[in-house]
Parts: sequence; C-alpha cells; structure tokens
Amino acid sequence: MFTELDKQIIRELQEDLPLTSRPYKVIADKIGITEEELLAKVQEFVDKGIIRRFGAALRHREVGFTANAMVVWDVPDEKTREVGAIMAGFPEVSHCYQRPRYPGWPYNMFTMVHGLSKEECEATAARIAERTGIKKYDLLYSTAELKKDSMKYFMEE
Amino acid sequence: MDSLDKQLLTLIQSNFPITPEPFKELALTLGTTEEDVISRLQKLKEEGIIRRIGGIFDSQKLGYFSTLCAIKVPEERIDEVAELINSYPGVTHNYLRQHEYNMWFTLIAPSSQAAEDILEEMRRRTGIKDLINLPAINFFKIKVNFNLNEV
Repeated sequence: MFTELDKQIIRELQEDLPLTSRPYKVIADKIGITEEELLAKVQEFVDKGIIRRFGAALRHREVGFTANAMVVWDVPDEKTREVGAIMAGFPEVSHCYQRPRYPGWPYNMFTMVHGLSKEECEATAARIAERTGIKKYDLLYSTAELKKDSMKYFMEE
Repeated sequence: MDSLDKQLLTLIQSNFPITPEPFKELALTLGTTEEDVISRLQKLKEEGIIRRIGGIFDSQKLGYFSTLCAIKVPEERIDEVAELINSYPGVTHNYLRQHEYNMWFTLIAPSSQAAEDILEEMRRRTGIKDLINLPAINFFKIKVNFNLNEV
C-alpha cells in the first residue's frame, strides 16, 4: 500500500520541519527527490487524510487551557449515535468517542472537555448532561503528564 | 507571547503552508518578515510551547491500530510503572487521572493483536491485572485546534 519512497517521506514528515527558508527542499534533498515532488506528496497525503493535520503540535498546558477533563458517560447502547452527535456539537468538546465497557467500567462514551478552570469544565459537563439526558457520568482530571510524544511510524523496518 | 505569536500559532496549527517558502507566506499573511516568523517560531520551540512542526498522521490510514488504555496503579508504584509503560515506543501519551483507574495511556501498534500482546506483557511485567483496553468503536469528533486568540 505504501511504497518505500512513501515510507521514507513519512519518516521525515514525522520529525520536526527545519526552520529555514526552504524546509521542504532540505527534506527533498535528503531523500533524493525534487522539492516539487515532495510538496505534491505532502499535499496528496493531506488530501487523502493520511496526514490528519500538517502544522504545529502544541503543548496545551503551556498555552492557557489549564483544565481539561476526560468526561466519561454511561449512554444506553441504542442511543450512542444520537447522543454522540449532540456531544460533538459542543465547541468545548474536542474529542468524542464511543469505547467498550468492562465489568467495573460502565462508561462507553468519552469526551474531552476543555476550559480555563475546573468549574468551567464542570459547567460544560452539566450542560451536556442536561441536553442529552445522560445523568450517569464522571469527570477525570489529569493531575500529571507522564509522557507526550509523536508516534514514529515505519521505524521497525 | 504577544498577539502576533498567538495569531501565528493559531494559523500554523492546521494551515501551515505546503509551498516552497512557507515562512515567507506566513509572514505575508501576518504582515511581517520571514526572519521575524522564523525567530518567533524558534523562540516558541525553545519555550516548549511548540512541540513539533510537521505531519500528524492518521495511524489507522497508515495501517496501525491505536487504543486508549487504563490501569489501576497503587500510589506507591506510580513512578516505577510509569517508567515501564513509557518505555514502549508505541505509548505516545500517558496521564495520571483522579480515579481508581489512575493511569491512562494511548498505545499505537502495527495491529490489534500486537497491541493486545503488548498489554499482556505489561500485565505480566507489572503484576497488575486491572488494565483495560478501550479502542474507539465510533468516532464522533476529533478536533485538535485551539483558537489562541480567545485565550
């Protein structure tokens, strides 16, 4: 599915773009293709959604979004689509996924709620509960970041 | 950070130009010079605000499997268990959260079986059985951009 050249390009683009006038040319030279070829590939990856986003990855803790809560919800299985769509509509929600339940883990819907304070996150969760009718939920605040890295793909070959 | 820094950060989170001279293009948009854009980005990186500029890949489209995992770690073993879990290159994020399941990490592996094998190995090496694998079944929203002009 991915050619060796594709993988080589991916390995480069998952690193940090050099801060020089023509960064793509630096990478293209390294791989041994032209700048135009590389730019076309990057654009193709973006268009196909292989690159979900091309740009800066920030450390959110450093930029003022001090409180983020993982809010987990116990949504009746037959209502997940309807409720998921409503939750996704809240601008304070950055991620909304359905995940499996386990014995001792009753929650099947996960939302990341961002705010400037815990109170703001709590108020948002309460509004979501009100709008969706889902009353059983919990807020899990992160107390420490133990690791945050970008994945390195195609490194095992 | 001044307002130009914030505009720059907001812009390059999703609209980093894919053109021969991206920093010049950003400078034109922001009404400044290429040198100024580059030196601001250098500073924002040194300050740790920017982690990286590049591609953020869709692991699924690259043929990888990604999942969220949670483990119940006794308070006194947090450092040791974190070190063990973080040592796996497929573990990209790891957070402590206030809950019985207190350690939450994401795992990316070449297949779901490979991920399950890694988790089984973690259970064996830590001796902690309470480790749950929570892969997404449905995606309703993924948004990673923040408008810094609102901060």
